[in-house]
Amino acid sequence: MSANYEPNIVAFLCNWCSYAGADLAGTSRVQYPPNIQVIRVMCTGRVNPLYVMNALQQGADGVLVSGCHPGDCHYMEGNYYARRRLGMLKDLLEFVGVDPRRFHMSWVSASEGHKWKEVVEKTVEDAKEAGPFEGFRRRQIDW
Amino acid sequence: MSEKPKVGVYVCHCGINIASTVDVEEIASFARDLPNVEVARTYSYMCSDPGQNLIKEDIREHGLNRVIVASCSPRMHEPTFRKTIQEAGVNPYFLEMANIREQCSWVHDDLEVATPKAKKLVAASVAKVRLLEALEETEVDAEPATLVIGAGIAGIQAALDIADAGFKVYLVEKTPSVGGRMAQLDKTFPTLDCSACILTPKMVDCAGHPNIELMTYSEVEEIGGYIGNFDVKVRKKARYVDFDKCTGCGDCANECRVKDRFPNEFDQGMGKRSAVYLPFPQAVPAKYTIDPEQCLYLTKGKCGKAPKCQEVCGVGAIDFEQEDEFVEFKVGAVIVATGFDPFDPSKKPEYGYDDYPNVITGMEMERLVSASGPTGGKITINNGEEEIEPKEVAFIKCVGSRDESVGNEYCSRVCCMYTAKQAHLVREKLPDANIRIYYMDVRAFGKGYEEFYDRVRRENVRYIRGNPSEIFKRGNKLVVKAENTLTSTPVEDEVDLVVLGVGMEPRKEMRDIMDLLRLSQSQDRFFLEAHPKLAPVDTATDGVFLAGCCQGPKDIPDTVAQAKGAASSAMIPLARGKVTISAQVAEVNEATCRGCGFCVEICPYSAIEMVTVNRFGYEIEVARVNEALCKGCGSCSAACLSDSIQPKSFRDWQILPQIAALGAMK
Repeated sequence: MSANYEPNIVAFLCNWCSYAGADLAGTSRVQYPPNIQVIRVMCTGRVNPLYVMNALQQGADGVLVSGCHPGDCHYMEGNYYARRRLGMLKDLLEFVGVDPRRFHMSWVSASEGHKWKEVVEKTVEDAKEAGPFEGFRRRQIDW
Repeated sequence: MSEKPKVGVYVCHCGINIASTVDVEEIASFARDLPNVEVARTYSYMCSDPGQNLIKEDIREHGLNRVIVASCSPRMHEPTFRKTIQEAGVNPYFLEMANIREQCSWVHDDLEVATPKAKKLVAASVAKVRLLEALEETEVDAEPATLVIGAGIAGIQAALDIADAGFKVYLVEKTPSVGGRMAQLDKTFPTLDCSACILTPKMVDCAGHPNIELMTYSEVEEIGGYIGNFDVKVRKKARYVDFDKCTGCGDCANECRVKDRFPNEFDQGMGKRSAVYLPFPQAVPAKYTIDPEQCLYLTKGKCGKAPKCQEVCGVGAIDFEQEDEFVEFKVGAVIVATGFDPFDPSKKPEYGYDDYPNVITGMEMERLVSASGPTGGKITINNGEEEIEPKEVAFIKCVGSRDESVGNEYCSRVCCMYTAKQAHLVREKLPDANIRIYYMDVRAFGKGYEEFYDRVRRENVRYIRGNPSEIFKRGNKLVVKAENTLTSTPVEDEVDLVVLGVGMEPRKEMRDIMDLLRLSQSQDRFFLEAHPKLAPVDTATDGVFLAGCCQGPKDIPDTVAQAKGAASSAMIPLARGKVTISAQVAEVNEATCRGCGFCVEICPYSAIEMVTVNRFGYEIEVARVNEALCKGCGSCSAACLSDSIQPKSFRDWQILPQIAALGAMK
């Protein structure tokens, strides 16, 4: 791994908490690593575990899913579903030999701009340590 | 998709907000090479009129049918640009925004770093926008009624405004009387209006208003539905007193076998009341309530030979058989006005609130100086040995506010002024008393506040800059130990009475309301508004509004202003009579649905049901979405085994290309 390796990270953020929290980080001019690209979904409950696999297949070195704190879901229980599904996925990833540092889940509320920064820093740092991801055969969708 | 996508990409400079860290011209020329992109332009302020016209002209000239605006967060301007393209004849859902401000230019200060990231975000947007579908919004009728939770000054004011406009209001209050915290106050700063004198007419108004259905001693149990059509269930707790028969004479309380045994909540526990009680003399409604946890008959099943209250009540209003009642109704909007709790100074043990009877809170001081209070307005205090009239009075400000050690970083905004007011009242009643105020800063920001503070200082009230470190007893005096930080000298002042200027905290029961209405908290734990500046009464839940201190500490003028704001916002769907239902709902592909019903189980809104359809002569079960109930979260979709149920605008085949675009651009 070269010293200046920069991981490519795809993040799925729920519209109501984490996406708003990331917006707040911007409004507060908090600085964090640029390796993270956000895809907005309405709820983490919408994040099909296959999206995570897909991102790793398409060239991402790490994936982050972030939603409302347990109990605070805008849709009442979507984040609980996400926690179940993605918790299971994390075990599965580890089982098939994917470094668990490549996949993170977090709870960031709409008022936690600073927490968002910490989450991004941690995710990027872990992905850096894990190095470039070449575990899956690339299956590039021609978009 | 019959029509070939023709995409226009509009990159906003946002003045220098974006342009200083993202090379916008480079983004535009990059975008021109992306598939299906016909036009890519930059402009200084895309959201301005000329910026929007630029998009409209391009739509007309180039026949664009998809638009990407790379600018601020979609949470900010998505509605603006949806309207723009709609005006130019393009379906408003053919818009995608690339958030290159909040999530790019503002968080990365290096042009070399932010520009490539912005490119990726634009590429991902192009990947998605080509596959979006046209959606039509639907409208449903809105119930012309409002639920107001909490009948303090905020709730009362909001209810009165809405009722005066001709809409029905259900005003639900947890305690037996309306009035809230304001009713407990003696005078109000800076005008020294008597709080009760200005509040009680409003209390009476809201009880007698033909459009207001007042439910005191009641709690909201359940709220379902959505803006325009909320279904509310309220529990009317049993008062054990027949509401219609009770005349409010008070004979029952006088004869109660446990008369004056229990701390009176209204007097902050300084006065006593019976098990059957009226919270305070001006209570509205003037109906008695029996406390089921204190009444002998209700707790022990026996009260002498027969309950005395029942014997003396001339109208036979006492009814021990009464049970909680449930009422259900529909409303179009909800206003939350649940108020605050005063900070509990037990969390600052150095001030000895739990140890010394002559250390009291600001709220207790309000009752002590009030003519309707436990002492009839005479300032006397038990110093642990005897009841005395204090000669030395100390006020301490910022107790529980601006204090990280108790988790409250915020300023409570009222303590500076109520402390000044109480100092003035002490001066009025005890002209010879020595009055000291220990402070960190004085924040007198409102209309007439600075003038009032000046006036109090001229009344021989000493302001000492320094937060006391400790209060302890010496003889029959209390010693306030502090450092005067202006003169850098330690002080130890012997006093008779210490008043703690306690701040505001979110209500302990806040969690219940959050769960009922899906509200969020901000960092300070008060309710989170939709936008701190531009949507201060709105919440993330459409049709739910905030008023008063439940959103953050406020004085009375600000509370009333916000209540009026919440009232007018709540009246928008009511006056229109219709609400627009989001078009971004889930849809089932009945051809592939295998009828397993997982989605039905998962849907938090029970918006999916199984229906039987006829396919090639066979009766089969498939899922179907009720679009009025679906909120578009998409939890069903992630559970679907055959990818048959998909939320519109967030379908698998709309998100996967986004992932591909981001992955491809290392």
